Amino acid sequence: MHAWLERQIPKMVLAPSFVAILIFVYGFIGWTAWISLTRSKLLPRYDLHGLIQYKRLLAAPRWDTAMDNLFLFGSLFIGISMLLGLGLAILLDQRIRIEGVLRTIYLYPMALSMIVTGTAWKWIMNPGLGLEAMVRGWGFDSFRFSWIIDPDMAIYAVVVAGVWQASGFVMALFLAGLRSVDGEIIKAAQVDGIPGWRIYSAIILPSMAPIFLSAFIVLAHLAIKSFDLVVALTGGGPGYATDLPATYMYAMAFSRGDIGQAASSAMVMMAVVFAIVVPYLYSELRAKHD
Amino acid sequence: MKRSVFAASSTLAFVAATLAQAGPEAEVLHWWTSGGEAKSVAVLQQEFAANGGTWTDMPVAGGGGDAAMTALRARVLSGNAPTAVQLKGPAIQEWYEEGVLADISAVAEAEGWDKVLPASIAAHMKCEGQWCAAPVNVHRVDWLWANAEILAANDIAMPTSWDAFNAAADKLMAAGVIPLAHGGQAWQDATIFEVVALGLLGAEDFDKAFVDLDPEVLASDKMVAVFDQMRKMRGYVDSNFPGRDWNLATSMVMNGEAAFQIMGDWAKGEFLAAGKVPGEDFLCASAPGEGFLYNVDSFAMFDVTGSDKQEGQALLAKLIVGQNFQKVFNLNKGSIPARTDVEMDAFDSCAHLSAAEMKTSSEEGTLLPSYAHGMAMRGAQSGAITDVVTAHFNSDMSSADAVEMLVAAVANSL
Amino acid sequence: MTDFTASPPGPAPRAPGRIALRWLLFILLGLFALFYLMPLFVMVTTSLKSLEEIRSGSLVAFPRELTFDAWRTAWSGACTGIQCEGLRPYFWNSVLLAVPAVLISTFLGAANGYIIAQWNFRGANLIFSAMLFGCFIPFQVVLLPMARMLGMMGLAGTIPGLIFAHVVYGIGFTTLFFRNFYVTIPSDLVKAAKVDGAGFFRIFWSIFLPLSLPIIVVTVIWQFTQIWNDFLFGVSFSQAGTQPVTVALNNIVNSTTGVKEYNVDMAAAIIAGLPTLLVYVVAGKYFIRGLTAGSVKG
Repeated sequence: MHAWLERQIPKMVLAPSFVAILIFVYGFIGWTAWISLTRSKLLPRYDLHGLIQYKRLLAAPRWDTAMDNLFLFGSLFIGISMLLGLGLAILLDQRIRIEGVLRTIYLYPMALSMIVTGTAWKWIMNPGLGLEAMVRGWGFDSFRFSWIIDPDMAIYAVVVAGVWQASGFVMALFLAGLRSVDGEIIKAAQVDGIPGWRIYSAIILPSMAPIFLSAFIVLAHLAIKSFDLVVALTGGGPGYATDLPATYMYAMAFSRGDIGQAASSAMVMMAVVFAIVVPYLYSELRAKHD
Repeated sequence: MKRSVFAASSTLAFVAATLAQAGPEAEVLHWWTSGGEAKSVAVLQQEFAANGGTWTDMPVAGGGGDAAMTALRARVLSGNAPTAVQLKGPAIQEWYEEGVLADISAVAEAEGWDKVLPASIAAHMKCEGQWCAAPVNVHRVDWLWANAEILAANDIAMPTSWDAFNAAADKLMAAGVIPLAHGGQAWQDATIFEVVALGLLGAEDFDKAFVDLDPEVLASDKMVAVFDQMRKMRGYVDSNFPGRDWNLATSMVMNGEAAFQIMGDWAKGEFLAAGKVPGEDFLCASAPGEGFLYNVDSFAMFDVTGSDKQEGQALLAKLIVGQNFQKVFNLNKGSIPARTDVEMDAFDSCAHLSAAEMKTSSEEGTLLPSYAHGMAMRGAQSGAITDVVTAHFNSDMSSADAVEMLVAAVANSL
Repeated sequence: MTDFTASPPGPAPRAPGRIALRWLLFILLGLFALFYLMPLFVMVTTSLKSLEEIRSGSLVAFPRELTFDAWRTAWSGACTGIQCEGLRPYFWNSVLLAVPAVLISTFLGAANGYIIAQWNFRGANLIFSAMLFGCFIPFQVVLLPMARMLGMMGLAGTIPGLIFAHVVYGIGFTTLFFRNFYVTIPSDLVKAAKVDGAGFFRIFWSIFLPLSLPIIVVTVIWQFTQIWNDFLFGVSFSQAGTQPVTVALNNIVNSTTGVKEYNVDMAAAIIAGLPTLLVYVVAGKYFIRGLTAGSVKG
């Protein structure tokens, strides 16, 4: 009896968290799925109306823009943050004396929410107030940096601010990875006279594959949840040129009283998440069994 | 275990709160959090306290009330609705249909609201015949603000037709002045749009288009003309407009960088705060066209239990529509009282113009709700229209395409 | 640590090429530092200017005259509604909310990670996957059903309710951190301890927790940042008297039809961000160490 109890303890300790996740994540996803099949307006209603909300969603040009933006923003944000993070980590790994200071400078944006830094970015990017005005003030009259007011370019302005916020964190991940590579192997390679860049490309980076994956997951999670970023920087504008699915859903649910529509957009978002996370989980857990 | 501790502590807090407070009480959810607005609410709170009430402030700013509406939904769903909530337009009736609003007819009848409020504004405060909200003020939306000095220097009079406006704007462009100060945010685009629409459609068709959502008017040639004028307006705006806050646009007019701004009468507060004098430094006039677009702030009363809270609601409603508050509040905020029998001596010339035109347009049936400020239709529909307006304004979409999109968007939102 | 500018081992010759490379490195790092510091620079300088100077001058410039009035106003005088007490009262709410939420979610993450990594039972991986997927759920989706649940639990509008919401949606990440850390610890350790007669809790308390300092630092920093900066839960699940500092900041910064005081806005934004900033500056070193120690499965 006692041994049996002893064996059950881990499950019992895990149970509350598991139940909480079951209800508050999966239960709520189920609830959202149900609501997405109703004509809920201001508050949730539960009588089913088929796929009307999904049809409306597909007919909305703004949703097209939001999805296009998600893929454009997501791939640029993840790609640039990864490259920049890796580059900075390698540069910082060159026995820099003031590494601590620089690391903190690169890392601090992650500590601040975009609600806090959004206004500053808005000013910096505003051609009449910020960077453009400043550089022109120095005498470079043809200097242009007006992405934020150009409907075709504004999403790239969002990418810049997003990269600013997240790339330092990615740098920290990669720096940690570089530091945990076995020093003996590198020494041996140096003794053999292999040049520095070859040591990186052939030995160090391949051994950090898991970190690329972790960084990708953290960034993907940030990209999909990006909400504050857009709200603070462009408010979705000019027009709705920088709308993302998260801001679309929020607008439908809370400023337009169209909860059914918001639920259907949430379900589409969830499907995208699923498509990204499941392969990761698969590789993650399979690796463990190896 | 953890949960029961939480529950116990919150019950304790609840008991303590109810023990501490007797007499009327109200928790008020609003988004007037700064500057003159906050001062204006404080006036109400003081009056409430002077009458023995306990006011609990629940301010949530942001997005013109979006964040507050988020909080409100969460509060209502958790069975913990605030006593009074800043709500306006058809949203009041929408909330009523969800069965969460209280009936304040007793106060309204005792105070004779029907006699002192213009009929179209009173209608917004009623839910299926019973009173469910109390109006605070009337903002006029279709204002044209101008820098007096610039107009004089370029020999331009306040335009009374859109053709005259275009002629003036072209002249200003040639003189190197930005004709129109504008902030490129969706609601500001919508504000210009509805003012232009009122001017070009006329009151009757405006009503059909933006209150009844009549597809014929929405698809009409007149609507194409409205978008044509919007394209012109886009040309009168400087290139740096996207994302600009409305008050920065106002200071452009103040500083002489731009000549005109189309904005509700809250813009007056900015002028006055900077020490400018109406009629001398800046001019206010109704935008070209007949009619009066109103944006009425109001407080809706939610269904709450407990006699102290219900007493609080009654007291609050009575004070909000009371003569004194209507006067003091609106002097602070730049709007005019919702009730028509308030002494107007202390108000400035713009407010006098507003009050006079509200009276005449009410008689002529051209007192109309603002669509851009959530007075004319429900959120889903007005949002769908704004999407089209702002997409057109921020691209090179043709007017015909815009009208087509408008009809489709409205149909898709219903 | 690798140095790709390094020549083959032995005393480094001071070749001109190497020095030039070194300078290039510093210039590059310096330029990036400027990029990262730019917004902070704008915020700090603006908060130290007077309103007239902001109206008249360039936004991206040093203040002509320093004034700390805006900071004082933001901390204890700015209006967030009819109360004009600045951020101070709300700051305390945030502390009351963030500290327990961080501690509870970190502790749960440690326990869950320990079980999933070291006490293999059927379905453990499935449970882990389920939790991890939960990290990705957008908070906008859960607002309304969560509000309903909190109402049913009697926690609506209370700080314990906010703590509960943050703990529930923090479990995924904290479990992930600890699981990835503990997975690198050889399972023989548990086996040996079991042979010695130690039970589930003994092993956790006296073997695993003492090993976990690096990953605890990482988790605490992550959770604290997330919870302190949260606005959506804070605005939805609070009521008068329990609103966190982000909601108050939002109230100060967002004026719908009032005059904007940018210097106060910026000072308020910096004050609201100070605790997390401080955590990153002070604990940044341990953060990298913690990540190195295995959370990234190095």
